[in-house]
Amino acid sequence: MKVLAAMSGGVDSAVAAARAVEAGHEVVGVHLALSRNPGTLRTGSRGCCTIEDSMDAQRAANILGIPYYVWDFSERFKEEVVDDFIAEYQAGRTPNPCMRCNERIKFAALLEKALALGFDAVCTGHYASLVNDVNGNLELHRSNELAKDQSYVLGVLTAEQLAHSMFPLGATASKSDIRREAEERGLSVANKPDSYDICFIPEGDTQDWLSEKVGKAPGQIVDREGTVLGDHSGTHEFTVGQRKGLSIGRPAADGKPRYVLEIRPKTNTVVVGPQAALAISEMFGSRYTWCGVAPDQSGEWTDIHVQVRAHSEGVEAQYRVNNGQMEIKVSEPIIGVAPGQTAVLYLGSRVLGQTTIDRTVSSVAAIPVGVE
Amino acid sequence: MSVYLDHASTTPIRPEILDGYMSQLQVLGNPSSVHGSGQRARQSVEDARDRMAKALDCHRSEVLFTSGGTEGINLAIKGLYLAAVRKDPNRNIIITAATEHHAGVEPVEYLETSEGAEAVWAPVSSTGEIDLDWLANFLAENASKVALISLMWVNNETGLITPIEQITQLAQHYKVPVHSDAVAAFGHVPISFKKSGLTTMVVSGHKFGAPVGVGALIVARDAKMAITSHGGGQERGIRSGTLSSALTFAIGAAAALAEEELETVRQRVSGLAQRVIDVIEQTAPEAIFSRGAQPGYEGIVHFTFPGCSGDSLLFLLDSAGVSVSTGSACRAGVAEASHVLMAMGRSADQARGSLRISLGYTSTDAEVDLFIAAFPMAYAGAKKAGLPSK
Repeated sequence: MKVLAAMSGGVDSAVAAARAVEAGHEVVGVHLALSRNPGTLRTGSRGCCTIEDSMDAQRAANILGIPYYVWDFSERFKEEVVDDFIAEYQAGRTPNPCMRCNERIKFAALLEKALALGFDAVCTGHYASLVNDVNGNLELHRSNELAKDQSYVLGVLTAEQLAHSMFPLGATASKSDIRREAEERGLSVANKPDSYDICFIPEGDTQDWLSEKVGKAPGQIVDREGTVLGDHSGTHEFTVGQRKGLSIGRPAADGKPRYVLEIRPKTNTVVVGPQAALAISEMFGSRYTWCGVAPDQSGEWTDIHVQVRAHSEGVEAQYRVNNGQMEIKVSEPIIGVAPGQTAVLYLGSRVLGQTTIDRTVSSVAAIPVGVE
Repeated sequence: MSVYLDHASTTPIRPEILDGYMSQLQVLGNPSSVHGSGQRARQSVEDARDRMAKALDCHRSEVLFTSGGTEGINLAIKGLYLAAVRKDPNRNIIITAATEHHAGVEPVEYLETSEGAEAVWAPVSSTGEIDLDWLANFLAENASKVALISLMWVNNETGLITPIEQITQLAQHYKVPVHSDAVAAFGHVPISFKKSGLTTMVVSGHKFGAPVGVGALIVARDAKMAITSHGGGQERGIRSGTLSSALTFAIGAAAALAEEELETVRQRVSGLAQRVIDVIEQTAPEAIFSRGAQPGYEGIVHFTFPGCSGDSLLFLLDSAGVSVSTGSACRAGVAEASHVLMAMGRSADQARGSLRISLGYTSTDAEVDLFIAAFPMAYAGAKKAGLPSK
């Protein structure tokens, strides 16, 4: 196959490309230029957007003996990921930009371009496994390396996208094995630190960066009854489940700490309350996709596991599709789920599909949280 | 067979100079040393200076050896500006154009942010030529405030030739020094420093058959230049640092060859370039020849392809064994829309769809045949892939 290896300059994508070469594919390395004004050297734990990262990717491609190019997706990335990130925060939601990037850049803009230019597949260094079911249909599964499993951020991929994807790290035992393999292959990125932070936020401080982008918009912090407890300088500075930085003078009547329960962009209000009120039992989403073959849409409740953020585990739940909307009921209440997050559905280790959460229902009392 | 059509990035070393270059590499001696070894190394350097002076039609004292184009351009722009502004603090305007190479744009922007300069970007047309009427009017009103004019001789992306003598004639009236980046010009179009009226001019060896790592800054004997790089005082104190007898030999020998063969090579390159232009215009009728009907160096063929991304074209041609460029190759690892085309009024999307095919003294009909065979399929694929923006 003709394979386009997306190379960030990190160790995972370099080893993934190496494995694709070893498997006999005709591999070309491509680094995505996502930033308009890239920094010269990488700082902190950002992933991919400096010139040093591009040079690291190029060096890895040289060592593997494959052609290497940089393709400019900065404009598309700004429109589809960065602007979306800001808009979601402004709408009081908590977005996952890595997921958007997979959905709209790596497995959309890049994949489309790759297919048009004669490639068969895009290969990345994600920790996830592609498996054929008994009928030969492709399924996406969790990586064997559960600690690094990235199937969650790939939950947005459709059957068509899976058919043109390649995740050579899927069956890897551990990240340290990948580093050892990189070392053995003579890849200088073998000991490059992992990236955690959002790649387009230079100092790693999301709230400061957002304040710079959207400016200050002072409003009130209220409790569930509507009593004003304090002021804030912009709802984008808060995420549901946050405890620190509320700067509310008075303690709660019960003396317990208060958490952000809800953000109401229309009234520019932040609603706070006890931790117990963060627990939710149901989630609803109208923007859902199936990862591979779509399941039967009987409308019946089906047992699954649901995962609501990248670095966590699935919890027992049931889902159904009702009137064009995905409904998910968790068996035990879970806390800190905000509209805008993605709920990924798992059947065992298989990714079934995903939805962006529009609203949730509290498990304590019938206090709807989310869209007003 | 691989086809090299990127001579404007770098052109092969002249095989005729290789033996001499290799043997000079083995000559022991610092050209600045006073002993016999040093004097032998010095002789090679001075022989090269004579050859450069002859090829460029200038005085031998006007030839200063450098490491290449970028260094020479920095020394010239900063040196001329600082000399002018120190003599008269009101003389802080630098007239230049946004179509210059980064090596010409960045020093000006540095002087703006750090040394109080005011950059005035000359208006350019959609084909890239400088508005000379504007320049005449601007000088008539502001000449006493102008430190220097910096305009390149041949544009490295589009091949457009700027009428340097017309510019220096305008400037001479007000005694404003003019600097020109002749990196893409020397060896390809006729150049006489003496007749040009320039104060400073820069050439780079690897664009005409010398190795990478050597160039020359030509500084008129009466130029007022501040020193911006300090050291042992070599090269009139303007470019300190030990000279390489091997590299200076190579650039001198390559310059002599390039000058000698200029007309015959230009004629051949011109014919080959026309074949490239023909196949592009037949295959992609909507493609735009960037310098239009303006005079240019024939060896640089530059087009923009609406709805196409230059990096797709480059990738597909490279896969077919054809080396071309999307424009200036200097931006480390990051592809971006050409600032030259943006300065010519193109949108970012238009500027992204650019391709430069550049021919040189080694180019052959067989290479152009392979380009002609590869281009239609590459164009169809790139067209299908479209642009990265929505």
